[in-house]
Amino acid sequence: MSGFTFAEKALARAAGIPTARAGDVLDITPDLIFSHDNTAAIRRIFAEIGATHITRPERIAITLDHAVPAPTTQHAQNHAEIREWVKAQGIKRFFEVGRGICHQVISEEALILPGEVIFGSDSHSTHFGWLGAFGMGVGRTEMASLWATGQLWLRVPESMRIKLTGKPQVGVTAKDIALHIIGCWSTSGAAYRSVEFTGDTIQFLSLDERAVLPNMMAEFGAMNAYLPPDEAVFTYLEAKRTRDYTPIYPDEDATYEADYAISVDALEPLIALPHQPDNVVGVSDVVGEPVQQAFLGTCTNGRYEDLEAAATVLKGRQVRIRMIVIPASSQVLLRAMQSGVLQTLIEAGATIATPGCGPCMGNHMGIPAPAEATISSANRNFKGRMGTADAMTYLANPYVVAASAITGVLTDPREFLA
Amino acid sequence: MMRCWVYGDDVNTDVIFPGKYTYTLKTPEEIAAKALEDLDPNFARHVRPGDVMVAGRNWGCGSSREQAVTALKYAGIQLIIAASFNGLYFRNCINQGIRPVVNDKLYQILKTGDVIEIIDGAIHAKGQIFPIPPLSPSVQAIIDAGGLVPMLRQRFGGVR
Ligand code: SF4
Repeated sequence: MSGFTFAEKALARAAGIPTARAGDVLDITPDLIFSHDNTAAIRRIFAEIGATHITRPERIAITLDHAVPAPTTQHAQNHAEIREWVKAQGIKRFFEVGRGICHQVISEEALILPGEVIFGSDSHSTHFGWLGAFGMGVGRTEMASLWATGQLWLRVPESMRIKLTGKPQVGVTAKDIALHIIGCWSTSGAAYRSVEFTGDTIQFLSLDERAVLPNMMAEFGAMNAYLPPDEAVFTYLEAKRTRDYTPIYPDEDATYEADYAISVDALEPLIALPHQPDNVVGVSDVVGEPVQQAFLGTCTNGRYEDLEAAATVLKGRQVRIRMIVIPASSQVLLRAMQSGVLQTLIEAGATIATPGCGPCMGNHMGIPAPAEATISSANRNFKGRMGTADAMTYLANPYVVAASAITGVLTDPREFLA
Repeated sequence: MMRCWVYGDDVNTDVIFPGKYTYTLKTPEEIAAKALEDLDPNFARHVRPGDVMVAGRNWGCGSSREQAVTALKYAGIQLIIAASFNGLYFRNCINQGIRPVVNDKLYQILKTGDVIEIIDGAIHAKGQIFPIPPLSPSVQAIIDAGGLVPMLRQRFGGVR
């Protein structure tokens, strides 16, 4: 009998059964569920089905992050409804405007742990694979159902394995590894499988960088994505966690429907061109294309090291176009303030906004004009994503964003890093 | 007796229900009329309630819009048999109350217009018998109720 994948083991655990195989349909009791500004909409479905009380309010997190502080009366009303609901249901893990983006905040608060299962009403819930958890996005109806019953049915996915070997060069980050994968095998390349990473590259990546990989596997079409957790992860969680956990690792002889190997040594900084995350080319192929806005932030690349990377490029230089920096959380903001990174960014001419999603999905704080181009550290560049159908978004790592902000055209950051 | 509509591998949600209609068409009849428009124009014209879909690998791949399931449901399809399903599509089927059946033989032996029968939980086709793999009781309950929202409404007493 062959061994088990991470997904098979993690879902069997969460279903309370000894073993499971791809294709089995299980009733999963997740360790944590979460929603954000869409909580009010979920509440309406919850009311429609006739439920009144959330079954496990202690295992719920709610963040206000997608449009914060509220840009319109309507958004404010939505937030007000959510606050009232949180109070009525006794939800303790509620994070106010400015605390940060759901995926980042839940990670910082250690609300989910290795080997556990987390469902969020957000497609980037794959994010939590960075610490070895099974993270999956669900629809609003499914979230309402989870509130009502505490459970969700799930078909155990087939898995694919991606082996990463080597060390990225200076100016090349986990973002480029993710873009490379999506560029090679397209936005549906994962075919809703469990994407399970392995290989020595993982140990070379900092925790801030690791999160980028499972986060962006949403753009690869993954159901969830997983990195094997190591000492670095355990140490990070130790001071904050409130319960015990058992990390889960896949068996060597588990069944994988696809097995890919990538050597990251030779990767260069990459860019996804408008309007598809899999429309990927090397930065050197598009150097010189004009951009009017630079955006550094989001759950993909708004962490401390992303701001620090931009500061490395911007130190002693000036941006030529508007540059919007939005830390992924208040903790990121605080750390960047204490270390001087924030000062470097502001001195270079960047502006800083409230931690949250910002213009990532076109709500506010950096919506481009028609025909403008933005160089962004986000994860998606679909047409209209940033709120303007005729605008163009290029996706790249924080070094590229900062370097392009200096020149006003797409720029290879390595010329500033030598 | 159930009439079959048989298709191949990798049929994506864009051809099952074109994206350009997702925000414009609202009624079940309008939506059903566009089902499989770019794959088989005969389907919407001639499908009858109780017909079944039979397909190859990776049925429902691509962007997973819910209407790619509801269009078939409104057209009268209650059962979809495929060698394999896209994962999100599979979830959508259950949550919309459509029974997905994984079977990698039937699409090879059946042609559009052939008929099958279901007797005692097994599919009878061309003189052969194929057991339908059971779903977990909780998932079967969703199908029986007609989908996730109707099921929860029954359980929690909600009203439309
Ligand atoms: S930063 Fe963007 S991708 Fe991340 S949760 Fe917010 S809107 Fe979604």
